Amino acid sequence: MQNSAINVFLEGKNFLRLLEGLLITSKIAFISIFLGTILGILIGLSRTTKLKIVLFINRLFLELFRIVPLLVWLYIFYFGVTTALNIDLSGEIVSIIVFTLWGAAEMGDIVRGALQSLPKHQIESGKALGLNTLELYRYILVPQAVRRMVPGTINLATRMIKTTSLVVLIGVTDLVKVGQQIIETSRFQYPTAAFWVYAMIFILYFIICYPLSQISKKLERKWNS
Amino acid sequence: MNLNWAFIVESLPLYKKAMWLTLKLGFLGTAISLLIGLICSIVLYLKIKGLKSIVLAYIELSRNTPLLVQVFFLYFGLPKVGIKWSETACAIIGLSFLGGSYMTEAFRSGLEAVSRSQIESGLSIGLSRLQLIRYVILPQAFSVSLPSLGANCIFLLKETSVLGAISILDVMNVAKDLIGMYYKTNEALILLVVSYLLMILPLSFLLSWLERKVRYAEFGN
Repeated sequence: MQNSAINVFLEGKNFLRLLEGLLITSKIAFISIFLGTILGILIGLSRTTKLKIVLFINRLFLELFRIVPLLVWLYIFYFGVTTALNIDLSGEIVSIIVFTLWGAAEMGDIVRGALQSLPKHQIESGKALGLNTLELYRYILVPQAVRRMVPGTINLATRMIKTTSLVVLIGVTDLVKVGQQIIETSRFQYPTAAFWVYAMIFILYFIICYPLSQISKKLERKWNS
Repeated sequence: MNLNWAFIVESLPLYKKAMWLTLKLGFLGTAISLLIGLICSIVLYLKIKGLKSIVLAYIELSRNTPLLVQVFFLYFGLPKVGIKWSETACAIIGLSFLGGSYMTEAFRSGLEAVSRSQIESGLSIGLSRLQLIRYVILPQAFSVSLPSLGANCIFLLKETSVLGAISILDVMNVAKDLIGMYYKTNEALILLVVSYLLMILPLSFLLSWLERKVRYAEFGN
């Protein structure tokens, strides 16, 4: 019966629905990556100051996300913050908030690392050539910093896309949830549906993440040499 | 925020039990991951034909898919085609499948960091192949790998939070139950965060201490 079980995807609009779930997943990932990157660049720039208090807050922010699992943060915002502030947030909004904050924390660290890794003599040579501050940033610092940032940023994006799979656990109808619904409705007609649907979700995630991680690997190799 | 302390004290044993389970799964998952990583990185380092492409495919598959989907496939998918596991087995297999590829990368970067001149110097002072591996390659490779190995241990311990989804009774599930049954949201969430801090902070301190201890191999680089 295994041949016919693949038909679970041809049944009704099942495959289309899976893709719709994928769209929700990608939407959450995309918005959070976008907002997280912008916030993260600001955080990264702020971490080049010498103000102890700014550095401390930034450090705390990053460490909190590194130590406490992301699923816990989703729970905190979904159950805790909504009750504490007496507001109603949908799982989707909560996911976007949490993923944006996480992305910003990690992105801030990438930007900081890139800026701090630039050797001092680059700035000094630029000044010696008579470049002004704007030209210094435009021609020397930004191009080099961006090269160091891009592979890490793509890696972070891949991690964020993978982690969006967690949103099903706070009730968002994402790719995994749609898969569960399909399994549920076709349980009698296709007893092995769970196998095929989860395999398909596995493949869909792979199709999105694999090219990204390859690009990041290539860029890293190209720019490191 | 008014906390119900009696409730917190009452639920402590639940969290304690769940934490042990999380630590146990995390430890087993990490141990098996290390083993997989060691074997796979040696396969890659020695460029063993045939096996190498299998290892590379495994790394890509494992790194580019989420753990949640991996364990769902193991726990809900595979039984439909006749392969049945307990949820604990699924949890450990899932963690090891994910962790193995991360550990491979960590070991590999260490092995690759040992420079050609070190190996040639070792050979020229008359070390045998085994001595070369034991006294020259492994100590240096290990000290280079250790920071990423440590980061992977913490990563895997955090990833166990996902396992609640296949009815592993970990701290996530305990918190969720307490919220669902008693509406003690704040208490449950605070205990949840505290239990992760209790598990991960000591590990993170231990690892950075260990890192300082083995940094001797960087001498001369």
